[in-house]
Amino acid sequence: MNAATPTRRQLLRGMAAGGFILAVGIAGNRIAVAGDTSTGAVFAPDAFIRIGTDGATTLIMPQVEMGQGIYTTLAMLIAEELDVDLATVTLAEAPPSDALYGNPIFKIQVTGGSTSVRGYFLPMRRAGAAARTMLVQSAAARWNVDPASCSTELGTIRHAASGRTIGYGAVAGAAARLKPPAEVQLKDTRHFRLIGKPHHRLDTAHKVDGSLQYGIDVMPEGVKFATLCASPVLGGKVAHVDDSQARALPGVRQIVVLDNIVAVVGDHMWAAKQGLDALAITWDDGANAAVSTETLWQGLQAAATQQGVAVTKGAAVEANGADVVSARYEIPMLAHAPMEPMNCTVHVKPGACELWVGTQVSTKAQRIAAQVLGIPPEAVTLNNHLIGGGFGRRLEVDMVERAVRVAQHVDGPVKIVWTREEDIQKAMYRSVYGSWMGAELQDGKPVAWSHKVVGPAEVARFLPPAFKNGIDSDAVDGAVETPYLLPNPAITYVRHEPVGIQTCFWRGVGPNNNVFSTECFVDLLAKKAGKDPLDYRRSLTDPKGRAHHVLDLAAEKAGWSMPLPARAGRGICLQFAFGSYLATIAEVAVDDDGTVRVQRLVTAVDCGIIVNPDGVVAQIQGGHVFGLSAVLHQQITLEKGRVQQSNFHDYRVLRIDEMPQIDVILVPSAEAPGGIGEPGTVSVQPAVANAVYAATGVQLTRMPIDPALLARKA
Amino acid sequence: MAPRTRTVALLVRAAVALGGGAVASRMLFLPGPLDFAGGTKVALADYEGPSPVGVPAELANASLVEKGRYLTDAADCRACHTTKGGTPFAGGRPFKLPFGTLYTPNITPDKATGIGNWTDAQFLRAVHQGISADGTRLYPAFPYASYSLMPDADVLAIKAYLFSLQPVRQRNLPNSFTFPYNQRWLMGFWGYFFNKDKSFEPIAERSAAWNRGAYLVEGPAHCGECHTPRTLAQAMNTRAKFAGGVAEGWNAYNITGDRTTGIGAWSKPEIEAYLATGHANGRSVASGPMREAVDLSFSKLTKSDIAAIATYLQTIPPIHSARLGAPAAFAAASHAQGPTDNPIGKRVFEQACVSCHAWSGKGALVADAQLTAKKAVSDPTAANVALMVLQGTGPQTAGRPYMPGFAHSYSDTEIAAVANYVTARFGTMPSKIAPKEVGKLRAE
Amino acid sequence: MLELSINGEVHRADVTADVPLLWVLRDVLGMTGTKFGCGIAQCGACTVHLDGRPVRSCQLPVGLIGDRKITTVEGIGATRAGAAVQKAWLDLDVIQCGYCQSGQIMSAAALIASTPAPSDADIDAAMAGNICRCGTYVRIREGIKKAAAEHHA
Repeated sequence: MNAATPTRRQLLRGMAAGGFILAVGIAGNRIAVAGDTSTGAVFAPDAFIRIGTDGATTLIMPQVEMGQGIYTTLAMLIAEELDVDLATVTLAEAPPSDALYGNPIFKIQVTGGSTSVRGYFLPMRRAGAAARTMLVQSAAARWNVDPASCSTELGTIRHAASGRTIGYGAVAGAAARLKPPAEVQLKDTRHFRLIGKPHHRLDTAHKVDGSLQYGIDVMPEGVKFATLCASPVLGGKVAHVDDSQARALPGVRQIVVLDNIVAVVGDHMWAAKQGLDALAITWDDGANAAVSTETLWQGLQAAATQQGVAVTKGAAVEANGADVVSARYEIPMLAHAPMEPMNCTVHVKPGACELWVGTQVSTKAQRIAAQVLGIPPEAVTLNNHLIGGGFGRRLEVDMVERAVRVAQHVDGPVKIVWTREEDIQKAMYRSVYGSWMGAELQDGKPVAWSHKVVGPAEVARFLPPAFKNGIDSDAVDGAVETPYLLPNPAITYVRHEPVGIQTCFWRGVGPNNNVFSTECFVDLLAKKAGKDPLDYRRSLTDPKGRAHHVLDLAAEKAGWSMPLPARAGRGICLQFAFGSYLATIAEVAVDDDGTVRVQRLVTAVDCGIIVNPDGVVAQIQGGHVFGLSAVLHQQITLEKGRVQQSNFHDYRVLRIDEMPQIDVILVPSAEAPGGIGEPGTVSVQPAVANAVYAATGVQLTRMPIDPALLARKA
Repeated sequence: MAPRTRTVALLVRAAVALGGGAVASRMLFLPGPLDFAGGTKVALADYEGPSPVGVPAELANASLVEKGRYLTDAADCRACHTTKGGTPFAGGRPFKLPFGTLYTPNITPDKATGIGNWTDAQFLRAVHQGISADGTRLYPAFPYASYSLMPDADVLAIKAYLFSLQPVRQRNLPNSFTFPYNQRWLMGFWGYFFNKDKSFEPIAERSAAWNRGAYLVEGPAHCGECHTPRTLAQAMNTRAKFAGGVAEGWNAYNITGDRTTGIGAWSKPEIEAYLATGHANGRSVASGPMREAVDLSFSKLTKSDIAAIATYLQTIPPIHSARLGAPAAFAAASHAQGPTDNPIGKRVFEQACVSCHAWSGKGALVADAQLTAKKAVSDPTAANVALMVLQGTGPQTAGRPYMPGFAHSYSDTEIAAVANYVTARFGTMPSKIAPKEVGKLRAE
Repeated sequence: MLELSINGEVHRADVTADVPLLWVLRDVLGMTGTKFGCGIAQCGACTVHLDGRPVRSCQLPVGLIGDRKITTVEGIGATRAGAAVQKAWLDLDVIQCGYCQSGQIMSAAALIASTPAPSDADIDAAMAGNICRCGTYVRIREGIKKAAAEHHA
């Protein structure tokens, strides 16, 4: 790991005005925002660890916390090797720097793709171990003893032979003068004190009393409040604005009209919103005025007639062969709708700019602001905040770009907050995707398998160097590596960028499409073969493999063979994605009118070595809920280029009274760690669709569930 | 056939003919709008006192166009002649009638697609007699049977206002009526019987305010077009004046003096508040077409005119609506008490409704959100409740709380269930609206 | 100038009566613990208490509050029910991103203050108006039961 040290100046540049507020009555870790190392640390052996002479320890978090529990997990990894008491450390958000804090998998500063534990499992431990080695060395030198004769315990170094002890703080200054060791010895897994044991979250003490500052909560001195309205059709422009009524409203201070955005600045958000509502804006819709949900589906299907790029070498299944089964599966356009609406606070100054925002991509956010203003990125101070829900939406910087363009015209700091309507209607979206599946069966088993994936190349847009040979690694993720023993599969990819919408990643990403289509198709093949879906999957997996194991565990827990009443059913999803194996079994009941009620979800997880088991359970529970909202309730539709949904009354989110029972089984494992943020969202969708298939005999091929297709015929 | 039998047959035929004639004449010859009030009708010119027609005193010195704008608002031309998201008065709004869909025409002064070439006489003939400039008969969805009470001066003031607007080029959409309803000439007979085409005549014994109210209610505001039930011939059945009708799937409730099912128990300030703002505390909130009438018409009238309308409405003879329950008391504050046989309805209510309306129905935040005592919740058809759930209600841009529509996110089954839950929990005549009926209302 | 009683203290705000309480709290008084989520009382993120009852502050014109006592998430820990909920939330690690939890905690605190042993149906009735996108509902339900048991012990 690159262990270069950020300069004090770099760190301070990221300091937030105001810092944090101490929670009253609740003990908890201090959460600081970007680069706030006000501990006056003297020992900074790498980009992640700061220890002051008083022993105060700050751990710099290279991955942003957005609910997934990564602050806790990364801190556990460092603390496991550094040997400090997590109850006393301060966690600070890393300032923007790809060089120092680039995600080991993406090389730039990104939190996403369920990569954190996969990428940081060793680097974080090495950082902790290196720092501990240096601290021990300093103490040993002070006592003139062999470092090997010293041990550590929660921030204290002990020399057993002499009974001497000294705190990390006392040797921090001396340790700072040492060179970091070239190689470090990591703990044997048997000696783990933290890794593998449930740990309370370190980010939540300030979340129970309202004191944690999300981006939307910042209040720089003199801040004004603004809200905005972008063209309702992608690519549209402002034709005319009549602001006569808006100007007369109390609290309205300024109206900013740009080529495709209108914003109103006011004394508070309500004044700004009233002002915006009172504007009569005429739009020139431009080229996308005729885009509709129908044109999106048509575009996808037209693209599917192309041959595409071969991802694997297998021969495509002949459509007209004997015992050939083919099917098409599609998933719809979706919004992320995180609970914290899009927002960004900006203070544009001569030749510089300060930003307050919660982003999954801090260096990208910094660069886009610099680009808008025509200043170098270093002139942009970014204060990154804990995020009120990302799900892929905050991997994008369109909101930063819009906010900076507005703020350019405003004196002093301005907080720009999206209304929920703006958040849902003028966003970047999960694209429509489709899979064209084919298989040839012999004795019921596939002897040929083809899967044509049609969808946008998000990686090509997001991280161009990773897009190689015309194949988008995300778009085909979950199609190429399946849990099954498939002979020579033919996987092809057709890149299709839908017209009239901007697309982006959405929790579960590429596997949402590929696991959905693969798992529904496997159920269809089982049906053709006259096999039980569980037995069929067992026959297609290595009996000694991890997939087989999670499948059996889930089936047993779910009572797979227990009888169910009419119009009730169980469905399986078996997946390998993000380095983790999941088997999810859904149990549903389908009402006569076609309403699907999900009653139980059982998921067995093998995600390799587990850092915080309770965090894994939470991510599966939450991922399932996120996927259930989509499979049962969600679709963004377009008419005349405009998004028709606007808020939670028409973009429905699963609520507590619709919750199924959720059982999560964790498989103990010593394998390399896998990702866990996305898999639960992916697996629940095919599991529910397959359960509906079992309950009704109707296989749904397009999400979300359309109850009309499932209504009992009168 | 034996002579005796023949006699009986003849007698039966005569009786049928006579009876039929009596029914027909009852159907064809209906009381005039003010007949209920008795007294002496006088010509406008002979009325002693301030004129009940034209604009209120506050606008006496306004320009013709200003006067026309006021009367255009009073006649609520804009509501029907504007399509959703369209330019005001450019037409195109669809009305789904039992025999097809009608699209309102463009009444901006565009010469090619609007009424820019119309003469005063043509405009008067259209508004008073339902005959277009080219001589075709208009369907009485255009309320000329009411507008014919407006004197020429008022109609021409409206024309002056319309002609002051920016012309909008927007072609009229063809109606989709089937035979025989597409035979417009038949409307001539309708007009002959049901449009008296006679200017408003005040009643000498009544106050100036009452007569002003009568003019507004019966003429430009055309309240009876929705609130009076229709006969088989689609005429306003003035024998059941204001006892309740329908409009675009909504029940337009009883506005007679009946104390439980009409507005007989409402105070005058309550009626005034309802008309001016769309909300009378604890009484009613205007929704659907009435919300439009409030937003685009009543809210723009002067206090004196609103007061006059209330004065007049308070004299309408009571008629009891048997299919409307009396207001209920507040429901229990706990979810645990109340209907238990409708889990789907309860679930939707707790998800989407309770935050604003509260389990008690008192309204959790603002008085507008009170459910208890509203006519809609004691309406066993639940049509209005279902439509409010589907479409939402309240002013979305006026900075006041409003209710969004849930058509996109809840199924017909769920909306039927929550409508039935609401009428059972908060009203006195529980509904049993079926998902299929919600499906039809969804198409409104 | 409006006077509001918030968490036991009097605050003054120079706003018109139509401004929803949410924005007075957040943007005028700087009390940002109460969150904006939807603006139409459909998500519950803005829940505060008025005289102990949970209300959605995004749809509540500040002029209608009068002398009723407002409690926000910043002050809920001073109530027994609120403290019990906060503790249960931390003990069970209910929270993920946390943005909706101000509202969840306010709704939950009102529930356990009025209901000694909330049933699943009581929890549904009190909590279905609060959306969580991270999907913490399993633990919210557990947390309410735990907090109620401790609160009424």
